[in-house]
Amino acid sequence: MKLFNAKIIANHPINARYWHMILDASMLDEHVAPGQFFHLQCGDAQQNPLRRPLSVFHYHQASATLEFLYLVKGSGTQQMTQRRPGDYMNLIGPLGRGFTLPEQGALLLIARGVGVATLHALAREARAQNKAVHVLLSARTANDLLTATALAEIGANVYTVTDQEGTSNLEQVRPRLEQLIHAEKIGALYSCGSRRLSKLAQDLAEKYHLKGELATEAHMACGIGDCYACACTIRSHGQLKTARVCSDGPVFPIEQVVIQ
Amino acid sequence: MSDLSVHIGKLILKNPIMPASGTFGAELTPLLDINRLGALVPKSVTVSARDGNPVPRVCETSGSMINSIGIQSKGIDDYVTHQLPAYRKFSPPLIASISGETIDEFETLAARLDAQPDVAALELNISCPNLRANGQAFGMSAEATAQLVRTVRAITDKTVIVKLTPNVTRIQDIAQAAEHAGADALTVANTFLAMAIDSETRKPRIGNIMGGLSGAAVKPLVVRLIYQVHQATRLPIIGSGGVMNGQDAIEMILAGASAVQVGTATFLQPNAMTTIIDDIDDYLNRHQIEHLTDLIGQVDLS
Repeated sequence: MKLFNAKIIANHPINARYWHMILDASMLDEHVAPGQFFHLQCGDAQQNPLRRPLSVFHYHQASATLEFLYLVKGSGTQQMTQRRPGDYMNLIGPLGRGFTLPEQGALLLIARGVGVATLHALAREARAQNKAVHVLLSARTANDLLTATALAEIGANVYTVTDQEGTSNLEQVRPRLEQLIHAEKIGALYSCGSRRLSKLAQDLAEKYHLKGELATEAHMACGIGDCYACACTIRSHGQLKTARVCSDGPVFPIEQVVIQ
Repeated sequence: MSDLSVHIGKLILKNPIMPASGTFGAELTPLLDINRLGALVPKSVTVSARDGNPVPRVCETSGSMINSIGIQSKGIDDYVTHQLPAYRKFSPPLIASISGETIDEFETLAARLDAQPDVAALELNISCPNLRANGQAFGMSAEATAQLVRTVRAITDKTVIVKLTPNVTRIQDIAQAAEHAGADALTVANTFLAMAIDSETRKPRIGNIMGGLSGAAVKPLVVRLIYQVHQATRLPIIGSGGVMNGQDAIEMILAGASAVQVGTATFLQPNAMTTIIDDIDDYLNRHQIEHLTDLIGQVDLS
């Protein structure tokens, strides 16, 4: 973990709600795991005194680039869209605990909305290790199905469902996932971006005795484990306890997450 | 090099900058030179373990933030066996912030920590607005403050700092009550009780509905409180609220503070405190002031 400035290489919209930022990360001297995040200063400190935690979309060590896919939601991410190539972003990271790959079997990734940014990094890591990757992508509209093409290009099998087409409800998604679990030798389940889908992934992992991990999110202040702003409840050895999303997570074993 | 040292009760701090409770921990080690600080203030400790408040526990507001963490604490046993030893490798004196819901709890905590050589001073968090229904706290009553401070004073000779709440009609009354009951210093002040609502969802933006406001936006309010308390008591004051840079810290010192806590600024820049120490040193050199103490309360009203 370090505090550093990174030069913006590119920052552009990919649709009406999502932007893609690429940074020069040559300052980084440690490994970045999929599922880890960086804590970014968005812009003017007076306007936005809190940083924004963004999970890594892609970290490419050879070219020393770090990419984020971000949803423009409030004044902080709005300010990020004003940043131009050549400007610098101030970052703390890499932070938190990332994903772990299964020893055996294929990965089944279940993502909704901007949750795909987090799982995209995992898909790349798994493909780099020649593991089979299946991704169920859920979104409001076809336009919000982020990175489906990029995932297909790296050799992941992508299945898309949308609210618009009426294909994203659990009654339809569940049998599709069960069919994949049976047909594709799935070794582990991963989910991010939707409480509903995370609950489904949790049920399926339990039913089929599969390894699984969930990436969680929270409003954060310090981002490094000091302030307890991002507390969540986890179930560990049959007991409920409080954990910090920033430093105990954001990725937790699927059976530990208490989905409200 | 000017002399940045200041006295807080029996403590001599090498400089006036320390963290505000709840914003600091050993996790900052890779990002901040902790040994440069005037003092260390770990998160408040309570007698028993507490889980804290529902999420969201923080939200951002213009130039400020609201928090309602609810004193997430592992309890005094864990504090003594695990947390205090983790700070032993650092040289600055450690101020233990303690919080309780009854006077007995404060007494228990003070007695336990009085026996700890690693603890240089106690800061009594009598003002956390989250602990009692509707934001009520000991620090809102002069009598309750006096009783609490007298109780703690009777069981420890360590420096006792009382952290006042700004959510009172006349802070001078509470400050004087703490002074007469034997406090060595005052922290002015805790966060301001506040609330924010999401206009889209109509829901409060903090899980606990209300929380404490901090950050740059509150600094003028705190400068006013420091000035008022400095006029009303002889106790050294630790200013706290919205200090983002050295100029802000100097402003509080001119209003009457002997030392300054930094909290929200650390969330944005983890090394804010050491930058502020450098800023203060530059200021003193630029104004050819040898001792920082020469500035305390020196606002020019002529």
